[in-house]
Amino acid sequence: IYRMMQTIRRMELKADQLYKQKIIRGFCHLYDGQEACAVGIETGINLSDHLITAYRAHGYTLTRGGTVREIMAELTGRRGGIAKGKGGSMHMYTKHFYGGNGIVGAQVPLGAGVALACKYLGNNEICVCLYGDGAANQGQIFETYNMASLWKLPCIFICENNKYGMGTSVERASTSTHYFKKGDFIPGLRMDGMDVLCVREATKFAAEHCRSGKGPILMELQTYRYHGHSMSDPGISYRTREEIQEVRSKSDPISMLKDRMLSNNMASVEELKEIDVEVRKEIEEAAQFATTDPEPPLEDLCN
Amino acid sequence: MAATRLFLRASPVKCSLTGLTGGVHSSLGLTLLKLSPACTAKPQAQRRHAAHFTYHPEPAPSQYGPTQKMNLFQSVTSALDNTLAGDPTAVIFGEDVAFGGVFRCTVGLRDKYGKDRVFNTPLCEQGIVGFGIGAAAAGATAIAEIQFADYIYPAFDQIVNEAAKYRYRSGNMFDCGKLTIRSPWGCVGHGSIYHSQCPEAFFTHCPGIKIVVPRGPVQAKGLLLSCIADQNPCIFFEPKILYRAAVEQVPTEAYQIPLSQAEVLQEGSDLTLVAWGTQVHVLKEVAAMAQEKLGVSCELIDLRTILPWDTETVCKSVVKTGRLLISHEAPVTGGFAAEISSTVQVRVRWEIKAFYFHRGWSTYGSL
Repeated sequence: IYRMMQTIRRMELKADQLYKQKIIRGFCHLYDGQEACAVGIETGINLSDHLITAYRAHGYTLTRGGTVREIMAELTGRRGGIAKGKGGSMHMYTKHFYGGNGIVGAQVPLGAGVALACKYLGNNEICVCLYGDGAANQGQIFETYNMASLWKLPCIFICENNKYGMGTSVERASTSTHYFKKGDFIPGLRMDGMDVLCVREATKFAAEHCRSGKGPILMELQTYRYHGHSMSDPGISYRTREEIQEVRSKSDPISMLKDRMLSNNMASVEELKEIDVEVRKEIEEAAQFATTDPEPPLEDLCN
Repeated sequence: MAATRLFLRASPVKCSLTGLTGGVHSSLGLTLLKLSPACTAKPQAQRRHAAHFTYHPEPAPSQYGPTQKMNLFQSVTSALDNTLAGDPTAVIFGEDVAFGGVFRCTVGLRDKYGKDRVFNTPLCEQGIVGFGIGAAAAGATAIAEIQFADYIYPAFDQIVNEAAKYRYRSGNMFDCGKLTIRSPWGCVGHGSIYHSQCPEAFFTHCPGIKIVVPRGPVQAKGLLLSCIADQNPCIFFEPKILYRAAVEQVPTEAYQIPLSQAEVLQEGSDLTLVAWGTQVHVLKEVAAMAQEKLGVSCELIDLRTILPWDTETVCKSVVKTGRLLISHEAPVTGGFAAEISSTVQVRVRWEIKAFYFHRGWSTYGSL
């Protein structure tokens, strides 16, 4: 878990660096700060389960089986990328990971459809549908809640509430900021999305709920993103630097896990440092690959 | 005749429009048109190719009063400012418009006119347009912003089924003519699939609305004010690549440029070129190249209003030249060029000098 979170963190920071060097272009929505969500969720479900999310998807691509190399090459738009260089930051996919979707909220009905397929095929798999606090007010999400509940689809709806929809704080966007209650008749849980073990346990509970045929369930993960909405957003015009600093010092998901592991003697400082070094090396190699791999051939344009 | 080359990413592809006959469309957002007979087909080293044109500001209009240097987003702000000042029922709403908008089109308006006239909506396009229709039907001049034209589809039902048909189905008892929807549109070089779309063709299939695309700041302000004043719901697409790139002397007072009137920018005798928005500037350069290198005299028309479009001007031009070329950024299949060329062919059948070619790429803009 620690390694995975650290990998996501370093990968996102590297992406930030490459973007500023103009090696990555276009849109880039970074996930650092929210690592506990992706990793916690993945450890609560199986790789054979399904997951779909919006555009802040690099972390999920990794947890769902992608490699750092493939992800970085996709960001730089090369043929070694996970979507052959055609998708870019927002459109990454792996087996049972349906992206990577640009239009806000549009992925939620899709996720319900995947859940329907799971139920129909009777394979005991579930679908995790993620969306953000900004998307939570999209009409199609409420339509999906109703359908999922009516047909008892094995669907975990997860709202990653990072307190800001682009530049709009949740208080300014929603009458009720209790996103876990918005499912109305669908049971909802709210938790600290910065605590990876908490997310893991809740996901396990939710997965069990769905698999036992009880229908959908909703989770709200209260989390935070350090970067702005995307690389073109400095992220400080709608929130203070102090706020970001405070979260970094008090609730950073990686630090919290590290402290816990050290204080419970589950790992030593050296072991964790070793992991850090290995992760950095992996990211460097991946960045190297991503920078030197060739772009997709012209024939791919209409393929 | 002209050989146009499309540069995409790495290797040059020679897409020959030899004969430049009939209604040929070229529709790809990132088109670098270069005339070079001695081109080789060797893949070149990886270079970044992007839409290439230079914006040439038009001379300041003299008939509308004093002018001020403005770029496209500032001319939109000016139009909205004039509207809010002159019409007490006018309101502006959309995602992030309060602080000025993601393209700065509404900067300063909330401070000047108050938060009950310029306000943010949550992230819900269907809601935004539906709400706008209601507000317009109740008598407010409603100006809705859809943050990117790519996001307009959740509102498609509201526009096509509610807005467009309101007057007709109520026997003129109600209408939402006071609704104007503004949206950034078109390729911008780094927008990829969800920040570069040109959806005008989807809406042209719908009677009851008007669709307008300006080519520059002076045009934008006049056309937007006409849309706002028009008694029908209008969609105003603003070419986002021109927001900063296009700078002109724009009248500070309110003025209107008539809708459904295409403008002949340059007269010619051999070939009619039709475009709207950004492509007008690309075709300006094409016309200059054609004249210089091939001695071909092109007549360039900016369609301006896409629906209802000015059939008279275009047909009159084709009667004169006998050849038509339409260029737009949207995919070629079902793109609006198909509608234009089919109408022209029917009406000007005997004057066309050549065969009809339909060329282009049906793929996503801005790859």
